[in-house]
Amino acid sequence: MARRETPEINAGSMADIAFLLLIFFLVTTTMNVDSGISKKLSEKPPPDYKPPVIKEKNIFEVNINRNNDLLVEGEIMVIDDLKEAAVKFIDNGGGDGKPGEDGTPGLPCDYCEGERSPSSSDHPNKAIISVQSDRGTEYGTYIEVQNELLKAYTILRNRLSQQRYGILYTELEKRYKDSRGSDKEELKKKVEDIKTSFPQIISDAEPTSAN
Amino acid sequence: MSKFKKKKKGMPAVNTASLPDIVFMLLFFFMVTTTMRETSLQIEAPRLPSATEIKKLEHKSLVSTIYVGKAKDAKYGTAYNRIQLNDKIATPEDVPSFILRAREEVSEGEIPFMTTSIKADKESSVGTITDIRIKLRDVNALKLSYSTQTGADN
Repeated sequence: MARRETPEINAGSMADIAFLLLIFFLVTTTMNVDSGISKKLSEKPPPDYKPPVIKEKNIFEVNINRNNDLLVEGEIMVIDDLKEAAVKFIDNGGGDGKPGEDGTPGLPCDYCEGERSPSSSDHPNKAIISVQSDRGTEYGTYIEVQNELLKAYTILRNRLSQQRYGILYTELEKRYKDSRGSDKEELKKKVEDIKTSFPQIISDAEPTSAN
Repeated sequence: MSKFKKKKKGMPAVNTASLPDIVFMLLFFFMVTTTMRETSLQIEAPRLPSATEIKKLEHKSLVSTIYVGKAKDAKYGTAYNRIQLNDKIATPEDVPSFILRAREEVSEGEIPFMTTSIKADKESSVGTITDIRIKLRDVNALKLSYSTQTGADN
């Protein structure tokens, strides 16, 4: 009997095959991080709820019709101008702010740089942006409008943060999120301060139904 | 002299026989940890609108996603207003039960942190989104995120 030695299988290329598979999986799996415009809905009002009376001048009305055209404060506007108009409205500071919860009277806005026109908003914490859209409005346009309005707030917050703390608000917020150490409390105070100085008040009015 | 001679003998080849094992281990690790998308889309993948002022959604287990877009199945029409919850096409009336079911899966303390992410096509109409929003408010699911792409800053 001739004893033939079975030749050993060459496993040298096994690693290559495995690497190929590994790289394939690495490439095809996407780590998609879900991100978007976050929004906090208001709670459902009780049935006998009467909405508070708000002065006309403290409301910045944005209407979007079914053809995706914009009507801002009764005037037709293109979306590129919306941010500027919103900044002007929020930053106006024409009067006194909201009274404090303990009954202290509202103070005029000392950080506003607007025109202080009596016909526009009193104080950033009173300034309400109301977006009314048609049922037929395209979602893309709606998001674009929301985005422009948020941009306006970011501009103002960045400005105030730069003045008070010498750092942009976006940067400040990021630092607060990343911080683990002892300065977390301090950063939180700063973030809260800016947030309450320019609170985001964007309300969605019930859409007009056209169909 | 003999000391030098020894060095000339060439290095023994490194044994790479266990290399495949190491690589396979890596491979299995990746295969196990990467989660596949749990829901198959019944609507065409929504073309998300783009925005710049966006926030990342953290805690994936606390996010429930609602898709809005055009149904793949032609019997639902060609409008971009179909709602998909879990695996099937639904109506706004189904949203509350969808949210309640999602709540059962998390501990009570985490319920206030639950977020609903709406992934809607940019050609969807606001009316559909509003219907969903009203239903979400009914069940007190107040944290909402309109899913978008990261757009160019201008």
